[in-house]
Amino acid sequence: MRQLGRNGVLLAPAGIWLLVMLVLPLVVVFIFSFGERGAAGGYVPALTLEQYANLPARWTAFKNTLILAPLGTVAALLIAYPLAYYLAVRCSPKWRTTLLILVIVPFWTSILIRSYAWIFILGGRGIPALLAMVGIDDVRLINTPFAVLVGIVYGYLPLMVFPIFVSLDKLDKRLLEASSDLGSTPLRTFWQVTLPLSVPGVATGCMLVFILLMGEFLIPAILGGGKVFFVGNALVDLFLQSRNWAFGSAVAMTLVIIMLVTVTVYMKFISRLGGQRDDISLM
Amino acid sequence: MSKDDGTISKKRFMEEFRRYQKGSVTRRHFLGVTGLGVASAVMGAAVPGLRPRPAWAAGDIGDRVILATWPNYHDEANFDAFTEATGAHVQVNVFGSNEEMLAKLQAGGSGWDVFVPTNYTITTYVDEDLIIPLDTSKLSNYDAGSFEQRFSDAGSVNGTLYAVPKNWGTTGYAINTGKLDGAPTPTTWKEFWDLTMGAYSGRTMVHDYQLTTIGNALKYFGYSFNSVDEKELADAEKLLLDAKPHLFAISSDYQPPMRNGDAWMTMCWTGDGKQMNVDMPEIVYVLGKEGGELWSDYYAIPKGAPHMDAAYALINFLLDPAVNAKEVLAHGYPSADARTNALLPKELLEDPILYPAADLLSALEFGAAATLTDPNRAELLARFKSA
Repeated sequence: MRQLGRNGVLLAPAGIWLLVMLVLPLVVVFIFSFGERGAAGGYVPALTLEQYANLPARWTAFKNTLILAPLGTVAALLIAYPLAYYLAVRCSPKWRTTLLILVIVPFWTSILIRSYAWIFILGGRGIPALLAMVGIDDVRLINTPFAVLVGIVYGYLPLMVFPIFVSLDKLDKRLLEASSDLGSTPLRTFWQVTLPLSVPGVATGCMLVFILLMGEFLIPAILGGGKVFFVGNALVDLFLQSRNWAFGSAVAMTLVIIMLVTVTVYMKFISRLGGQRDDISLM
Repeated sequence: MSKDDGTISKKRFMEEFRRYQKGSVTRRHFLGVTGLGVASAVMGAAVPGLRPRPAWAAGDIGDRVILATWPNYHDEANFDAFTEATGAHVQVNVFGSNEEMLAKLQAGGSGWDVFVPTNYTITTYVDEDLIIPLDTSKLSNYDAGSFEQRFSDAGSVNGTLYAVPKNWGTTGYAINTGKLDGAPTPTTWKEFWDLTMGAYSGRTMVHDYQLTTIGNALKYFGYSFNSVDEKELADAEKLLLDAKPHLFAISSDYQPPMRNGDAWMTMCWTGDGKQMNVDMPEIVYVLGKEGGELWSDYYAIPKGAPHMDAAYALINFLLDPAVNAKEVLAHGYPSADARTNALLPKELLEDPILYPAADLLSALEFGAAATLTDPNRAELLARFKSA
């Protein structure tokens, strides 16, 4: 009984937080999604599936999100893995801390300001002007899906680097020596020893980045010029411009369901890949 | 002052600390001898909230006032002067549409003290009980008679004053004529959309704002700027969707890309047109011959404004003709206040961007309240953006 009380005390803060900040809002969104828009906007109670029937009107936003979020995750992975590998395995300990701090440094400035910097880099007087100097004319980068992709990979790269770095750093280096002693080439050692053992880090990094990208709205808004819409942008628009809370709630519920399904499938896939390992977790 | 007065060794610090802990010396002695007293005084001065505030003749109005307004719409120097005179800092939030402002106020807890609604939205704010009637005894600089009536009458609803005029203006478009290759400067909304889908493809911007973006698309077909007719809106939507792949961006903050050359043409409000034209004469301001929007902006106070005294003080300050004239000179939006205009240079009062010719002006329409609440217009713009 005392055990129960103590656990209760330990879990209460997080439990209350989750209840008030996650469960209750989700219930509200769920109820609103069956309602109607008020005369001047907002929400009027009703019981209708009309909002869900309207979902195809936001098809492009869902499509953009479902293409660019996985693409951004994979691009971040391809850039982060070699970097994390270098930091954890190849880099001299003397430099490691410095380089790791450099990876975090961008987080000291708001993502808003850093995204604005990309407006100038990708805008007409940035990279396109440099390309024009070598004869490649009329390249337009800003306000395209490419610009959004660059922005999200840039913004979320550190979140991918760290989990992979941690898993590679913990890796028992004697296993690599053993593999080499048994006659494996470095490449084969990588494929058969290093990579499988770093799966937990890769899985965690991908999960973190993917979930955040699915809900992203700031970077598409700034680097997409209001033209490359994510579901997040459609939601901001529905709540803060067209004031259709009922339809906004239906779009939000749909996004939550899509996330739950993709993340569950992903977890199943990763746990099979990792040979039924049970040490795969977020962080 | 001898050298070791300024610093204290670690050892001596700990000794003093122990003495203080044991109670052999007073707190005052400890803070003085270690220099911590001076340090906290310096730190305190660096935190604005801890700074002592001078007392003002008008009474204490608090240390801040929060203003929700539009892009490029004020003279920073005036805000500095207000802070200087009253001790209240002006915190500015910028919005690109009336819908955004309404959404914030409807959601509650906006935290604004003053905001800048456009003529056609005020009745909705009153109906929704989101703004308060203004107490003119706190607005000594407000003189109802000095304002041109058509730009001030929307501030009163059923005989009650809810908002006082800020500036008026038009919605046309700005075009960088340097990219026309010698073709004549366009004069109509039809040409705006045709250029967007032609020679200016990838270089045009439209507002992130239902009233003007839909309204000016309606003008392509010669419909009313304010139409809520379903068939006419469907035509406008088709035009917008056809034009979308040709747009540079959908945004109400169009000056940066126009100035750096990324965008060549944009839907544009008077003052932004004037500001860009002054710096880059090749950017000209065009009012579509078919018509478009004539508007008037107001200052209003949302219900539950956290710094009510500061809100009145700021509005009253900005209504001072001398201050208002500086505002007009900085942003290039005309004022409807005769007292302010009396202080402005003649060239400005004859400027064709600020004061368009009568035949162009007469084709314009004030926005209609119905467009703000019409669900089809709201959804049309949202669909266009997420398409």
